[in-house]
Amino acid sequence: MYSLKEGNMISFNRSNKPTIIREQETIKTSDWVKCPSCKSITYQKQLEENMQICPKCNFYFKMNAKQRISLLLDEGTFQEINPDLKSFDILGFEDTKSYAKRLEDSMQKTSLNEAILTGKASVENNPLAIGIMEFEFVGGSMGVVVGEKIVRLAEYAHKENLPLLIISSSGGARMQEGMFSLLQMARTSGAIGRFQQNNGLYISLLTNPTTGGVSASFAFLGDIILAEPGATIGFAGARVIEQTTRQKLPPKFQTSEFILDHGQIDKIVERKHIRRLLGRILTFYKRGSIYS
Amino acid sequence: MKNMLPFEKPMADIVTKIEELEIESKQSSIDLSSSIELLKAELESESRKIFSNLSRWEKVQLLRHIDRPKTIDFVKTLIPDYIFFCGDRLFHEDPAIFSAMGTFGDRNLMVIGHNKGKDTKENILCNFGCANPEGYRKALRLMRLAEKFNAPIVTIIDTQGANPGIIAEENGQSEAIARNLREMFSIQVPIIAVVIGEGGSGGALGIGVGDRVLMMEHSIYSVISPEGCASILFRDSTKAQLSAEQLKLTAKDLYHFNLIDEIIPEPLGGAHRDPRSAIENVVKSIQTHLMVLDKLSPSHLMDSRYEKYMNLASYDSIQRFNG
Repeated sequence: MYSLKEGNMISFNRSNKPTIIREQETIKTSDWVKCPSCKSITYQKQLEENMQICPKCNFYFKMNAKQRISLLLDEGTFQEINPDLKSFDILGFEDTKSYAKRLEDSMQKTSLNEAILTGKASVENNPLAIGIMEFEFVGGSMGVVVGEKIVRLAEYAHKENLPLLIISSSGGARMQEGMFSLLQMARTSGAIGRFQQNNGLYISLLTNPTTGGVSASFAFLGDIILAEPGATIGFAGARVIEQTTRQKLPPKFQTSEFILDHGQIDKIVERKHIRRLLGRILTFYKRGSIYS
Repeated sequence: MKNMLPFEKPMADIVTKIEELEIESKQSSIDLSSSIELLKAELESESRKIFSNLSRWEKVQLLRHIDRPKTIDFVKTLIPDYIFFCGDRLFHEDPAIFSAMGTFGDRNLMVIGHNKGKDTKENILCNFGCANPEGYRKALRLMRLAEKFNAPIVTIIDTQGANPGIIAEENGQSEAIARNLREMFSIQVPIIAVVIGEGGSGGALGIGVGDRVLMMEHSIYSVISPEGCASILFRDSTKAQLSAEQLKLTAKDLYHFNLIDEIIPEPLGGAHRDPRSAIENVVKSIQTHLMVLDKLSPSHLMDSRYEKYMNLASYDSIQRFNG
């Protein structure tokens, strides 16, 4: 990062109108991203072209909901449902920041109304109902609105006779909504259960991270559960487990690879292969429903 | 006063005075009964004052009182002739979940609850009521068994949360809880969930989906423990008291928000001051609710349970708290 600052200095010195030229000619430090794994620095645009994967070490950066749409769905097929549901501060909650402010900041940062987008789309010409979580929105946490959107999505998938895909990325239940958020675990699980009972297919894709109240509800109820490589997936926080048990955690504890070994998921899928795999599963499913 | 809590100090002072007068009256054979009666009346009104104005944090302290009745005490009163069952048939027996069937009035009843244990040895054996996946799986197995005996299910909630452990994660703590949340919607007998102490997060909810959710007066039910909230959101473990206030986790709060069906009153001073009548109140309440639920057919029961949760804490239902 230091060398970039020097770059700024040079352009500054060469110009009589430094402010304008700085904006035009130099690359902002925010355009560069440091890989938390191998510490190498990559240009943001290059990272996006590489599906948010570090070109040096294959580390998976988080993808936002919009990037997921363009990665997985047939172009222009996503139609959002219930886009206008918004959260508010039910309890009057304030920690280091007020919850109302946190919501406002998240909306600004993500240009979304909540931590999940739900709707209808198609993957390789197979129509499906889809929910995509947005981690940048209050840590992807599940409050009333996230729960409600999942419940409505499951009911929508049932009504429209569509297979259901939910892509999780969440720290868990939204503490700022207290008991209202805990109950979303029951609501989402109940709605998914009813959808599955009616022979609906539910595919759950776990991405980094999927923990707490989200992993202990709809995320682990998939008929098929897939995960991206290297994602943190688990119920309790690793720090809490370490403090409670006073034991050293096993290598790769609570990663996709770890839970695959322990029989909890079907498959780890690289980002570049997810669309193709989903397309195949959905084609098989369609074939099955023709024969039934 | 035995095992006094900090906020009970004014009461304890009066108790001490009463005790002193009683000794004095015995030794000196002077009749001090009128003074003693006055003090007793004062004690009663002081207790009422204190216990009707407990802060949320004081309730947290109260429900963690060492003498507060535990799941096993309720089981003994509810179904005195109980048979208890073990094992998830997959991995282990988890003593953190106690499950037993017995006679309630003239019918079968299955009771499934968090088991904290009564003394240190038992506490450790049952991991203070923090269950592992095998505990949740055992609970579900026995809910299915209850269907065969046409036994309504009472779940008793008293846990700080599901066990945060290495083996628990390896065995799928998330999946075990998630599965219970889903499957409890398709249990064909009535389910009544009663929070008797601490309703801690997913570990509580994992046996807590019911046709009725009841809470004892001084119990709490929360998305996270006040201590957990303090360390995660405030990044300061000393902020537990503040967290308890923010989380709105008491029976009174949750009844106000329409998230539970009933608050079961406790004797003055909390359940531990008079366990027998505290338990009796719970038994009566279960009886009343069962009388209503008994009349529903299995499909009606499951449909209304589903409807209950789809309306509970829903987007539409919270709008009246907006602004």
